[in-house]
Amino acid sequence: MSEPLRAPYVLEYTFRRTPGPIMGRFLDGLRYETLEGVKTADGRVLFPPREYDETGTAVTNEWVTLRPFGTVRSWSWVEQPRTDHPLSKPFAWALVQLDGADTSIVHAVDAGDAKHMKTGMRVRVRWAHHKSGTVKDIECFEPHSLVMPAPSRLEFEVYPGRHYTAYLKALEEGRFIGGKSGADGKVYVPPRAADPTNGQPATEYVDLADTGVLTTFTVVRIPFPGQKLDPPYCFGAIVLDGADMPIYHLISGVPYDQIRMGMRVKAKWKPREQWGPSLENILYFEPTGEPDVPFEDYAEHL
Amino acid sequence: MAERCAVIGIGQTHHKESRPDLSLAGLVREAALRALEEAEMTFADIDAVVLGTAPDMFEGVAMPELYLADALGAAGKPIFRVHTAGSVGGSTTIVATHLVQAGVHQKVLTVAFEKQSEANAMWALSPAIPFQPQLVAGAGGYFAPLMRSYIRRHDAHPDTGCVVAVKDRDNGLLNPYAHLHLHQTLDEVRASPMLWDPIRYSETCPSSDGACAMVLVNDANAARVDNPAWVLGTSVRTERTFFAGRDQVNPVAGRQCAKDVYDQAGITNPLREIDCAEVYVPFSWFEPMWLENLGFCEPGEGWKMTMDGKTRRDGVCPFNMSGGVMCTNPIGASGMIRFAEAARQVRGTADAHQIDGARRALGHAYGGGSQFFAMWVVGSERP
Repeated sequence: MSEPLRAPYVLEYTFRRTPGPIMGRFLDGLRYETLEGVKTADGRVLFPPREYDETGTAVTNEWVTLRPFGTVRSWSWVEQPRTDHPLSKPFAWALVQLDGADTSIVHAVDAGDAKHMKTGMRVRVRWAHHKSGTVKDIECFEPHSLVMPAPSRLEFEVYPGRHYTAYLKALEEGRFIGGKSGADGKVYVPPRAADPTNGQPATEYVDLADTGVLTTFTVVRIPFPGQKLDPPYCFGAIVLDGADMPIYHLISGVPYDQIRMGMRVKAKWKPREQWGPSLENILYFEPTGEPDVPFEDYAEHL
Repeated sequence: MAERCAVIGIGQTHHKESRPDLSLAGLVREAALRALEEAEMTFADIDAVVLGTAPDMFEGVAMPELYLADALGAAGKPIFRVHTAGSVGGSTTIVATHLVQAGVHQKVLTVAFEKQSEANAMWALSPAIPFQPQLVAGAGGYFAPLMRSYIRRHDAHPDTGCVVAVKDRDNGLLNPYAHLHLHQTLDEVRASPMLWDPIRYSETCPSSDGACAMVLVNDANAARVDNPAWVLGTSVRTERTFFAGRDQVNPVAGRQCAKDVYDQAGITNPLREIDCAEVYVPFSWFEPMWLENLGFCEPGEGWKMTMDGKTRRDGVCPFNMSGGVMCTNPIGASGMIRFAEAARQVRGTADAHQIDGARRALGHAYGGGSQFFAMWVVGSERP
């Protein structure tokens, strides 16, 4: 059997509508971003206004100006909008009750994703740019929050100082230096202008090995803003051989459950051509394979 | 000191993860009005205001004291801002106390706050500053290695932190102002995800919006109420984050601060002479560490006190009756909430979390890398 005949057909006509005094006032108001509800004989506020309430009684001519905020009373998500829908991306049809109104209006809510929709959520009117005195003058509703963005940005020039610069320059050459105050002073890494415990000015730099002891550590398993690495990763305190205080760095090259306090570790450097004036020349510290250091030997650094 | 100082009004907000209903100004005002109401005063009675909050990066509001002056009725009056990292709620209270003790002012309102929902403290703690190695671990990552050191040094029972979490959360159930109201079993805490070994999720504090306020007055004004909390001692101590030989587990600044405040209060045996303590414990393992640092026991005995239940409400050394920082942490206000809880206990106004017959209590705060300490001892009897 052959295909049945078919042809497209469009039924279209430029009807006009007389909204009447009540609906007319409502729609005229929308054109000027004014939201008005009308009072019923028994004192309720209808928004959108109607000429007769559900009991069949004519409404009064008392009008109430409403603010463009309301609450979602019910909603249904539209994942694939149709051509005539108010939004071309997924949205919700919702019953929105404006503050001060006793009834709700059916309209679209632009929430981006269904997971942002909730009965009881607060929404506000988004007005259409071009207004024509129809309900489409309200483009849609959008989620409303009392929290507003307040970004902030400051710009600085950072000078690391003479001793810290010397430390970074040494790292650029693949070396660690510390500093001390007097021949029997404690060795600080990075070197400081003075020993903070007694105020004695630093007198000399000393070369330090890139090996040391891991005194204590944690395994970071939580993501947070500004983080450079994806967890999990190990972060530990390392007292370099010849130093009297720890530096902090990543520990790797070994399964996390085998990382121990007192473990001997050595710096794992990046390829030489990537070195700059930075501790980041070292990717992480890894075990040397030497026997662990007894607790008593590093207890003073905890 | 020339003048005695007493607490006659204490107020705090209902602390929550977020208070979108209130601006910063509304938040501090809610706490301030409650403190004034309890003191039967109005802003007009106040001579000066002392305000504290965490570093400005925690909220992104620079010099909030200028913006908040109107909300605190401070127009035409001295207003000071105190700034000592996480200990700020304690040191703010102490600055206010000193103004009274020095005879400079008779009636001082002190307020501390934080609205953590407006920013991210973890971000504020981990800036990538040129040349400096970034603290790649976050707040818990900084403290977790210290806890590992504590556990290793004293061979502490691994459940100690979990026991503290269960106890503090149960205490928080008695406190309507607390942010977290939840009962957890030891097994539930043990089973919660490990965030920073040895710190589990349930062993960390929440992130809260909240404010706290107190009215501090001199002797002549203390009689406005019949149950003032008298300040018996205050102390602040600081040490550097890093120096050779630093004891990070049991910092010397904390020990010195405790000794100073006990000397002022005439306390020689804190375990026997202090009825309860509200101590800054943002990660549960800090309870045994501070028990030792504060001299409630010898080093190595703190975890045993916790495991033996001695820090419970019915123990010999109740710790964090309000639920503590483990239940509520608006950072800038947290220290003051500790000080305020100590004062509520000796005033007998701690409601459901009252320790019967509390006559002397310790309030404690710390901040930075366990380096800023602030403490006070308050009592029910006029010194």
